[in-house]
Amino acid sequence: MARSTEEPVAVPADAGASVLQSTSAPPGKSRPPGERRWIAGIFIGPAAIWLGAIVLYPLVYTLIRSLFSDTPTGAPGHFAGVQNYIKIGSQSDSLEALKNNIIWVIVVPALVTILGLMFAVLTEHIRWASAFKVALFMPMAISFLASGVTWSLIYVDQPSEGLGNAVVTGIHDIFSTSVTYPNVHTVNPKVLAGNDNAGFTSAHSFSTGTPALLPMVGLSLSSPPANAVQAAKPAAGTGLAGTVWNDFALGGGGHQGAIDHGELGIPGLQVQALQNGKTVGTATTGADGSFRFPSLTSGSYTLRLPASDFTAAYGGVSWLGKNLITPAIIVVYLWIYAGFAMVLLAAGMSAISRDALEAARMDGATEWQVFRHVTAPLLAPVLMVVFVTMVINVLKVFDIVFVIQQAAGGNARYANVLAVQLYSEYGNQQFGAASAIGIALVILVIPAMIFQVHRFRKEAQ
Amino acid sequence: MRSINRSVALGCAAVTSIGVLAACGGSGGGSPGGTSSSMPNLKGVSFTMLGQWTGGEQKAFQAVLDKFDSETGAQGHYTPAAGGNEAGVLGTDVAGGKPPDIAFLSLPGAIAQYAKAGKLTPVNAAGQKAVADNFASEWASLGSYHGKLYGVPVDASDKSTIWYNANLFKNAGISSPPATWPDLIADGKKLSASGVSVPISVGGGDGWTLTDWFENVYLRTAGVAKYDQLTHHKIKWTDPSVKKALETLLQIWGDKRLIGSPAAAVKVLFTDSVDNVFKKNPTSAIVYEASFVATTITSDKDPAVVGVDAKVAPFPSINGSAPVIEAAGDFAVAFTKNKAIQPFLQFLASSEAAKLLVSTSGSGFLTPNKNMPNSDYPDATSAALGKQIVDAGNNFRFDMSDQAPAAFGGTPNKGEWGDLQQFLVNQNVAATQQQLEKDASAATGW
Repeated sequence: MARSTEEPVAVPADAGASVLQSTSAPPGKSRPPGERRWIAGIFIGPAAIWLGAIVLYPLVYTLIRSLFSDTPTGAPGHFAGVQNYIKIGSQSDSLEALKNNIIWVIVVPALVTILGLMFAVLTEHIRWASAFKVALFMPMAISFLASGVTWSLIYVDQPSEGLGNAVVTGIHDIFSTSVTYPNVHTVNPKVLAGNDNAGFTSAHSFSTGTPALLPMVGLSLSSPPANAVQAAKPAAGTGLAGTVWNDFALGGGGHQGAIDHGELGIPGLQVQALQNGKTVGTATTGADGSFRFPSLTSGSYTLRLPASDFTAAYGGVSWLGKNLITPAIIVVYLWIYAGFAMVLLAAGMSAISRDALEAARMDGATEWQVFRHVTAPLLAPVLMVVFVTMVINVLKVFDIVFVIQQAAGGNARYANVLAVQLYSEYGNQQFGAASAIGIALVILVIPAMIFQVHRFRKEAQ
Repeated sequence: MRSINRSVALGCAAVTSIGVLAACGGSGGGSPGGTSSSMPNLKGVSFTMLGQWTGGEQKAFQAVLDKFDSETGAQGHYTPAAGGNEAGVLGTDVAGGKPPDIAFLSLPGAIAQYAKAGKLTPVNAAGQKAVADNFASEWASLGSYHGKLYGVPVDASDKSTIWYNANLFKNAGISSPPATWPDLIADGKKLSASGVSVPISVGGGDGWTLTDWFENVYLRTAGVAKYDQLTHHKIKWTDPSVKKALETLLQIWGDKRLIGSPAAAVKVLFTDSVDNVFKKNPTSAIVYEASFVATTITSDKDPAVVGVDAKVAPFPSINGSAPVIEAAGDFAVAFTKNKAIQPFLQFLASSEAAKLLVSTSGSGFLTPNKNMPNSDYPDATSAALGKQIVDAGNNFRFDMSDQAPAAFGGTPNKGEWGDLQQFLVNQNVAATQQQLEKDASAATGW
């Protein structure tokens, strides 16, 4: 029942038809003489009954139901006045929904209209205009559910699965090298202290002649780096030397802090030697994890493994995270509706008299001036229709949000809109609260509806 | 089970519609075979059922239904609720005066509420006897309201199980599954050292997995008596026992080496949390959830072998807590006086129905029916889990959030689900307790 409140709202297809009508200037209506009212009644009757049954009755019942409290089984309780409205107005999740609806209404109709206008104007000036229009209009032919599922996949976090982050990390990686060992960490802070973000520094200083053993863990044992081999102490030679190795053999075992059989060196790590806080040398570990500073022949040094080898790899953008989820869904909506707006506006533009445009051009107006002073004013009625239709559509937006929320896990709440909130209340058998949201949506839509109907009437005259 | 259906609802939409057709077509063909002595002749009687089962679960239930239909000549029609939203569909049907003949409810609270509103038909004497004979008394009392039996237990899941990747355990040199909470933490650290990036997979994207975590910890740190009180909101969520349980949880949830980044964990859906442990290149080694994890594993595109690669162990003991099981399950309740209903409820309570339910391939169901031979289970793992449920007798506790009003314990991103998701990210014990208490107080129908 509660969901039927969405019915009275004009569907876009109707609005589209009206645009075409309005631009093709219908003749003024006048009643033919001698027509009898009862014949009109017979013709209108079935439609009126039908509309009454599926539009008026649900609307009125929803209004009534919204004034009654809820019982746990879903049956209406006692008369509660505006309690349900107060309840939805005080819940944090419905307020979040309202906030998001406001964002939608402010952002989306304007963007859809602007994008639609841009496409409509541009397609007038290019070759292959039809192909371009078909491509832009194509998303409209895909169901919202399918679009939602498709875009959910694009928004997946892992760059290996989600197109969005594959592109973002791909671009990112052009400018910075990837990190080698995001999971490798210290096993014994008494030898090596630190973390992924600060890097690891040895707790003691090492002097030339004694091999510096720096144990770490976390190297993937099921797929170790291809060039890693059994760890080994550095060979005899001059300068400060040591080994960084993965102090964990496949299957466990071994002694902590000692290089055991089966433990791999960690190759390719940068090692810095510090003295009095200053870097005095840099070395890189070999396949067995050993490194050497041939120039440091005496003295004692602190060793540091800089963070750049350990910080977690850049994972891209959290599309469906707290801050981006609503914009991310809005992008999908624009993707669907920009083409639709373009088609309406292109139809409107084709109805504009060529003479006016030609006249302006003859007078020396630039293309921008022609657009600004001729096309745009003549197109204003259609622009308004597109805009208002989008306001109505956006207020009751449900499916695209609902579907993408399924992929957002715990961040879904940040994408909540009123229609989804209504469905959630319905799911909890809070039919009174759900009805109240439904009525609230109707009230929000009414100004746009009145405006729209008023315009149609004015144009018809 | 409510929860697993929720999570697969989207993917199963297509399966569901096919399933409905099958359900409608299945009962039409063939004349009924000879009705057995205990089964009445119900030729021409048709009855309707509403539930949340789709996919393999629906197939398993359909096997039970087909058997009943062929024995009695009745025609039962099962429909999964549209959008997996059983509460909404059922509430509308009941409020509109056209309830299904039978509904399958996973929420004992809902049974009580419909019974209190006088909408339910009690189970008759024969059905009561079947339930009393075949189930531990706690199951019967969960299906009862004011001493009258309304709900017949159908299936159960064991929600105190941890699942682990045996190969990764071997890599890390861990020979046996963790028996205690500190063991779990130590094993997690060991797995991390062996190169498993997120040793313990937390599926925080679905709030219900977090409520199950909490409930298992609470059951072990606060004990059964407190659990019962909190279940019915007789003590507040600001109680020190809740604080202790949340702090215990933080020993794992607060350690990035164990669960990875919480901001990432809160996005991982239940199915993905299982997949992360048992996929080809696993990123995790341990996942906590219920017995139905087995179904999720076997329905993967590249399934691990349950019992070989994928092993299961009881939820670890905390501070020496005695073994206890958190369970969940579905109950069949009758809304009308249709002639086929009482015989069908009685049949559902039988060992024969239990066998069909658990042994149909892909079912994933366990049964609390104690008279069904354990050997009827199709594999060793489900047999062992089924044995745990039956052996527990009355020593189990039903899922706490499933007993709370849905607005608190059963709505995505809201109430307890939403609050624990927030907790996973912000890790603030006091604020979480406040918010839980606020949301619990706002919900009606305790």
